[in-house]
Amino acid sequence: MTVAPERPTRDWPYVAPPQYEGSRIPSPIPTVLPLPEALAQSGDVLRINFGPNHPSTHGVLRLIVDLDGEQVVGLSAVIGYLHTGFEKTMEHKTWWKCITYPERIDYVGYQNNELTFVLAVEKLLELETPDKAVWMRTLLCELSRIHSHLVYLGTSALELGAISMFWYCFREREMILDLFEMVTGARMHTRYFQVGGLAEDIPDGFFPECRKFVEWMPRALEDYLALLDRNQIWLERTKGVGLLSADDAVALGQTGPVLRASGVDWDLRRDEPYLAYGQLDFQVPVYPNGDVYDRYRVRVDEMRESTRIVDQCLRRLERLKGRPWIVDDRKVVLPPREELHTSMETLIHHFKIVTEGYRVPEGEVYVATESPRGEQGCYLVSEGGPRPWRVHFRAPSFVALEATATCTHDALVADLIAIVGSLDAVMGDTDR
Amino acid sequence: MKYESLPGFVEERVSFGETTVTIEPERMRDACLQARDELGFSMLCDIVATDYLGWGGKGVSGYIATASGRDLNFPSTQGLQTLPELKPKRFSLSYHLLAMRQPPERVRLKCWLDDGEQVPSVVSVWPTADWHEREQFDLMGIAFSGHPNLTRILMEDDWEGHPLRKDYPIGGEPVRFSDAQ
Repeated sequence: MTVAPERPTRDWPYVAPPQYEGSRIPSPIPTVLPLPEALAQSGDVLRINFGPNHPSTHGVLRLIVDLDGEQVVGLSAVIGYLHTGFEKTMEHKTWWKCITYPERIDYVGYQNNELTFVLAVEKLLELETPDKAVWMRTLLCELSRIHSHLVYLGTSALELGAISMFWYCFREREMILDLFEMVTGARMHTRYFQVGGLAEDIPDGFFPECRKFVEWMPRALEDYLALLDRNQIWLERTKGVGLLSADDAVALGQTGPVLRASGVDWDLRRDEPYLAYGQLDFQVPVYPNGDVYDRYRVRVDEMRESTRIVDQCLRRLERLKGRPWIVDDRKVVLPPREELHTSMETLIHHFKIVTEGYRVPEGEVYVATESPRGEQGCYLVSEGGPRPWRVHFRAPSFVALEATATCTHDALVADLIAIVGSLDAVMGDTDR
Repeated sequence: MKYESLPGFVEERVSFGETTVTIEPERMRDACLQARDELGFSMLCDIVATDYLGWGGKGVSGYIATASGRDLNFPSTQGLQTLPELKPKRFSLSYHLLAMRQPPERVRLKCWLDDGEQVPSVVSVWPTADWHEREQFDLMGIAFSGHPNLTRILMEDDWEGHPLRKDYPIGGEPVRFSDAQ
């Protein structure tokens, strides 16, 4: 792991020498690799559709690829097959009903999306959440990050022929989903974060089970490295493939593991701390080569760091047993069920929130968090009513796919699968 | 007040801890270029447009669009407690910029547009703007001048209308073989 020991004052956050000279971003359209005129005339170029139903496009990504033999000479990405109009739908829902939607946008890192939206609403409401909620959110987001990276690692390795990786990764993924189910009642799309805190208290049984996972996960990571890291086929298919330089990555708006694998030392959890990240001890893995292999290493190292964070959160949460998990603000948060039988005031508040929803002050905010895929942003506009006026998500997958054309410079057709896998785009997130 | 030197500067506001700098639409590209090169905003995070049609209408909170327009009788819209501040034009277009340094800095550059009014594309400043601008064109109908490939991105190529506009109703797409046909 290359951790920048002392940040150079001038060049920070860049820690790596350039991976190649100049820029490889195609021109004039930065996201389309144009077919050279001479080749187009030759008649030897084969134009094929890679997707939208190709299994290794992780969903419904369609790449229009021009091939000269095995060589990729032209490429453009077509997206939108999974556009479901979440942003429009959310304008018609009350604030608290909206919380279910962000999770379905990025259906692999769902807790992180939910968090971004909830944090944005809390920013508009200027709500402070209790300690327990802050630490539990941090813990669940890190579990969600491990979950997302496991899905990435399993499927990407599967596509390059390492079938057993898939089973190993999904073994640990299963453990995480069981933990989610224990806390929230749902394995995916948990809707556990409320504006103001958590929907329910943490069940006691969660702590020993999560502790088991924390103790198991480092050993599982050793397994992964033993399977992949000295596998000659894996190394040859990933090292030096899909190059993206630090400058190009920043110009293309890349964030998260893709950016850190290009040698840019940037992580919102450390550099713009939210939740409890400011009080946690963790490192940000940075690798300098900007290829598929480095993106894989960044994610594996992040899983290790996330496990450490989960461990620290657990220690903290065990001391917070019996403390409130949601803020006691009757204008925003549903009152406790037992009070409904005795207090008229409580009944009124309950009725108002359930029928009309709470009102959020007028204003606009942009909140960014570090999701497993990079900067997940949520832009909210409120009119002062019970519904959002405008919701927009800055989707890291959407931005990651913009780099496809730059990464496929001089690629072979088989590399395409490795490259698209390494960008780790979730199509629900891309198309929203 | 370091933003005052940006080309086309109109005003600077801080709310919820976020800085919003309003720029004249025709100087948007120049302002972005200067923000990148002189103020160090090396990354463009997001471009997002908002439609303020019907903003702050009396008796309604939230916008319930139907095929015939805004529905005043929709349940649970009991009106706003205070009328929100009126907006100068129909659309706002916000650019969320990030300066990657310690401490990090974010700013929102914003311009106001009428329907059909053009704004210069910033693809030449940040290549990542390519898809962001296409998305705002597709869903909100913002016209970017000088974009190398301004086509629809999320909706189908032959789609009519811009779905995120407030006058575009939910459930508004034609249904084949319905009773009316």
